[in-house]
Amino acid sequence: MKYFALLCFFVGTVTAADTVQFNRDIRPILSDRCFHCHGPDEHERKADLRLDQTGGEDGAYRALDGVAGIVPGSLEESEVWYRIISDDEDDVMPPPDSHKKPLTDREKELFKKWIEEGAKYEEFWAFVPPAQPETPRVKNLGWSEKPIDLFVMRKLEEKGLQPKEQADRRTLIRRLSFDLTGLPPTREEIASFLSDERPDAWEQLVEQYLARPQYGEHMAKYWLDLVRFADTNGIHHDHYRDLSPYRSWVIRAFNQNLPYDEFTTYQLAGDLLPNPTQDQLIASGFHRLHLIIDRGTMLPEESFARNVLDRVESVGTAFMGLTVQCAVCHDHKYDPITAKDFFQLSAFFNNIDATPETGGRSGNDFKRGLQPPYIEMPTPKQEKQRAELVEMEKVVQKELELLKKSIAAAADPEKAELEKAQKAADAKLKKIRSDKANLEMTIPAAMVMKERPEVRPAHILIRGAYDNPGEEVGRDTPGFLPPLKPENPELKTRLDLARWFVTAENPLTARVAVNRFWQQIFGVGIVKTSEDLGAQGEWPSHPDLLDYLATRFVESGWDVKALIREMVLSETYRQSSNASPEEFEADPENRWLARGSRYRFDSEVIRDQILATSGLLNEEMYGKSVKPPQPEGLWKAVALPSSYPNRFAPDTGDKIRRRSVYTFWKRGLPPPQMTILNAPTRESCTARRERTNTPLQALLLMNETEYLKAARHFAKRVLEEEPKDRLDFAYETITSQVPDQEEAETLKALLEDLQVSYQAKPELATSLTEGESVELAAWTMVINTLYNLDITKTRQ
Amino acid sequence: MTLEENIMMHQGRRQFLQTSGTGLGLTALGSLLPQNLLAKTHREPKAKHVIFLFMAGAPSQIDLFDYKPDLEKQFRQPLPESISQGQRVTAMTRGKEQLVAPSMFKFHRSGSSGMWMSDLLPHLSKVSDDLCIIKSLSTDAINHDPAKTFVCTGSEIPGRPSMGAWLSYGLGAINKNLPDFVVLPSAYWTGGTRNVQGLYSRLWGSGPLPSKHQGVAFQTTGDPVLFLSNPKGVDREIRRKMLDAAGTLNRKHLGEIGDNEIATTIAQQEMAFRMQASVPELTDLSQEPKSVLDTYGPEVGKNGSFARNCLLARRMVERGVRFIQLFHRGWDHHTILPKQLPGQAFDVDQPAAALIQDLKKRGLLEETLIVFAGEFGRTVYGQGNLTRTDYGRDHHPRCFSGWIAGGGIRGGMSYGETDDFSYNVVKDSVPIRNLHATMLHQLGIDHERLTFPFQGLDQRLTGVETARVIREILA
Repeated sequence: MKYFALLCFFVGTVTAADTVQFNRDIRPILSDRCFHCHGPDEHERKADLRLDQTGGEDGAYRALDGVAGIVPGSLEESEVWYRIISDDEDDVMPPPDSHKKPLTDREKELFKKWIEEGAKYEEFWAFVPPAQPETPRVKNLGWSEKPIDLFVMRKLEEKGLQPKEQADRRTLIRRLSFDLTGLPPTREEIASFLSDERPDAWEQLVEQYLARPQYGEHMAKYWLDLVRFADTNGIHHDHYRDLSPYRSWVIRAFNQNLPYDEFTTYQLAGDLLPNPTQDQLIASGFHRLHLIIDRGTMLPEESFARNVLDRVESVGTAFMGLTVQCAVCHDHKYDPITAKDFFQLSAFFNNIDATPETGGRSGNDFKRGLQPPYIEMPTPKQEKQRAELVEMEKVVQKELELLKKSIAAAADPEKAELEKAQKAADAKLKKIRSDKANLEMTIPAAMVMKERPEVRPAHILIRGAYDNPGEEVGRDTPGFLPPLKPENPELKTRLDLARWFVTAENPLTARVAVNRFWQQIFGVGIVKTSEDLGAQGEWPSHPDLLDYLATRFVESGWDVKALIREMVLSETYRQSSNASPEEFEADPENRWLARGSRYRFDSEVIRDQILATSGLLNEEMYGKSVKPPQPEGLWKAVALPSSYPNRFAPDTGDKIRRRSVYTFWKRGLPPPQMTILNAPTRESCTARRERTNTPLQALLLMNETEYLKAARHFAKRVLEEEPKDRLDFAYETITSQVPDQEEAETLKALLEDLQVSYQAKPELATSLTEGESVELAAWTMVINTLYNLDITKTRQ
Repeated sequence: MTLEENIMMHQGRRQFLQTSGTGLGLTALGSLLPQNLLAKTHREPKAKHVIFLFMAGAPSQIDLFDYKPDLEKQFRQPLPESISQGQRVTAMTRGKEQLVAPSMFKFHRSGSSGMWMSDLLPHLSKVSDDLCIIKSLSTDAINHDPAKTFVCTGSEIPGRPSMGAWLSYGLGAINKNLPDFVVLPSAYWTGGTRNVQGLYSRLWGSGPLPSKHQGVAFQTTGDPVLFLSNPKGVDREIRRKMLDAAGTLNRKHLGEIGDNEIATTIAQQEMAFRMQASVPELTDLSQEPKSVLDTYGPEVGKNGSFARNCLLARRMVERGVRFIQLFHRGWDHHTILPKQLPGQAFDVDQPAAALIQDLKKRGLLEETLIVFAGEFGRTVYGQGNLTRTDYGRDHHPRCFSGWIAGGGIRGGMSYGETDDFSYNVVKDSVPIRNLHATMLHQLGIDHERLTFPFQGLDQRLTGVETARVIREILA
């Protein structure tokens, strides 16, 4: 009874006035309890009955030997109803041994009503193209007239909630600066915004941040998680693999506001565009980001199959928001993706002109982390140098051939002379070759996608096994989505597929994208499971808002900056995140948006903030990954002795203070400063990170050497200020707020207390500050304290 | 009620149902619930801890546990096709002749059961009455990386929760001042660098489970737990002062902002401070009497030795760590096996035997399940040189040996049988998922009910195929 009472708390009760709706009320029950055996997967299907559709021999309405699955309007004739309510252990559904929970009374009630009302099915919401919803009518007209706010307000009014007041300007500029660039505002920026009396001060500020190059770096970080960008091949030896030009392209693309349809097309099929530009080719490196084993242990045919599946999975997660990989071994159990659909899709991606495993250890490609096909991007100077070396190589080779012939024909004294010459020429050739190799090491190169001239046949792999091919399949899109319109019906290409993804009729692409951008700005997606918009994903909190944003996005020409702009200009975005404990408890993830969102920053943002506020950040953009120091021995403890590289050698100088998006990512052991704060390993596509709060995170922020060095560096800057200004300077630089009296007093007391301690233990002060003052030591620890405040590591 | 409202309410109900009922899975709510929430188990647990001695690289069962004296007569004979049955091979031995390589090592009978043990394992022989040797383990994978991922996470696909993460998620912490799941990789091994394979943090990762359940890998150089020590110039008193001030400010902000997550931050900072004391206490072996140290063998004094890690594992069990996983590498003997296997056996034999006895003396063996296994076995046919005293062996997924001790498992028994070539299981097959199911069972968990929804599926350690608890080996 208690159980039922709790349920009522969540759902209310079914009253006569409610109409049961399939998508809202029934589909989730079917998906969770029934589809496993009575769903799209025909191999698992029991009793020749599928409940995901009505028609066909197996459909829900079918009658088999006089037994009907569901007869609209008639409980008596519906076998499904009998099975749901039966108390016979052999008959009841779901069967007890399935470990699926039986239907609750409330669910049975819904089912009953649904059948009585005619058992109408509806198409799944995410597979129907979004339509521009009507602008909602709300009672509170004074809050905002912006569409986003109206959708949010309608929800708030339904829930009997009120929006919060606008956050103060300090909080707003901090929030915006972090959300759009991943970096804190400077004190000067804060001051200028505080004194900006223009009516469009906020709009101006938004434009300013959208235009910064750091915007692209910040946006790229999320994308790189999604496509599992990293610096090693991820399996077996976990060797170096250089994909950095792809990262640079993603950053440039966001900064140039490349329309999302082109952003998608370049990655899926940039190599197939007519006369592809260098950027389009680099973007096609999307298909090279998967884990790939190095040669020598696995069978190449197995590696080949794994690569193709990995590629399809990434396309599924990134562009479709579906768990298509579930259909590798069997028809999807919850979404209408058949195994055939999966392998038809895979047929677009199985034709790369490359070996399925990375190359051997020798040669320049290995050292450069490259595997053909790749394009080189030499500077004109490098090009010239290489041409010269190639020319020299030819000359010396010819010389050598001549010498060899002469030696064969020559007599003794002359022969010795010639042999000497041959030795010299050999040495010269060696030198030229090594110069060439050294030069090539410095030439930037990007791995790309390249189609083989002939089409490789594709098969359904039975139960996903590489060595068990079944029916041959051609290239095609899944049957439940709009049909592909190929340019040449004889040969469907990846480019056709890419264009299919970005047609307005595609129900998924825009929704999946805007949902992820929303998640970036508000902390949680409108569909929380941003990696899965399918039947087992979560339902949207604001379905109409999602469709509004998706249709707007497409109409705007897939304009990402316009989308982000609209979000951050909303009143919803600008609310204060302060609330009562009860309000936090009632809606911990802020799904209703009755306040500003509050959540911990990602690992990269936390590190970048420390570097930026301390004045150490190196703002250099692009290029190869860098290795900031990490605790010793981490790679050694896990790496194969023969992996390249097998020891972590930190970079030095300014390189170690680049933004974290450039940090070297070894998939076997990514930097702990990142993973301790929930950064993914980049072994599989990650659409959203979780956020935990652990003691290991506390230890990291307290003790990490580079973070402490930054605190010391910052403390030196603090000491350059007038004594009376120091605390405000430090506090405002780090938190964007000025300390109130209580905060100031607490920190002053700490400072004095620490000075006493360090005076008593001068050797500690010496080792903390490398020989400088007690005052610096105390200030260093005050800064360390500020970096450990909850408000410093939290977006609010 | 509007469409949207109904959807949301419905969602609320779904989440509620997924996390109610069994008690297990409640910790999935993460920071919403108190940290020390101990979920109910499905049945009375026999064991509270697991020590998994993972022999990464795959030791040869033929030379250590699975005694096949008749192979002697088959030296350099081709492996009969009736035995190999076209099984998949690695890229290293594809297309090569498969000639039988009998073990050059002697075996002897041991314990009251008279089980056969290799002469390479004299210490384990002495505790054989505590061992349940399983000779019929089998796996799906033939290469190290997927096979290790399979043993550690129940799936070859990278990114699933590991064994220890599942237990942390399902059972919660015993000691709040230490991690639930600790990983201890050996820093060195006798077999040299030639037969070593890589490890990956995913092997102790939490996959889609909340990351607080991931294993904490102890380091053998520097801090045992990353970033544990105060940096130079900061002592415990100064750290305390700093944390007090941070706590004061955080509490003030909690009052103004209202977000209870700030309280979690405060609590975790305090826990970090306590760990700064509890972890060094744990790893400080200076109070261990010499008589105890000696039982673990000569390497116990060296940082990062398997012996030292075994002793640390015992100390962790005493202090309430739930799952401890040791990784010892260097078993991948494709060539010169006779030269390198004895050293590897030396590394693990005495410490593992000492661990069993030490726990037993303290009355902890009954509540601690010790598992010893690699990721697959090795082939009966030779690889590389093949003489009586020099041979190597390739990867072999179809059968391999491991053992379990303590935790309510019967000692002094063998389970499962292989054919005359140690090539196929002929009786009582134990696929990895059954090993997992049995481990969970002993900890009081029904493996079919420890689930986490991810990618539309209720994920579990034992995967989608039917797994079975090996009841025949339960005490």
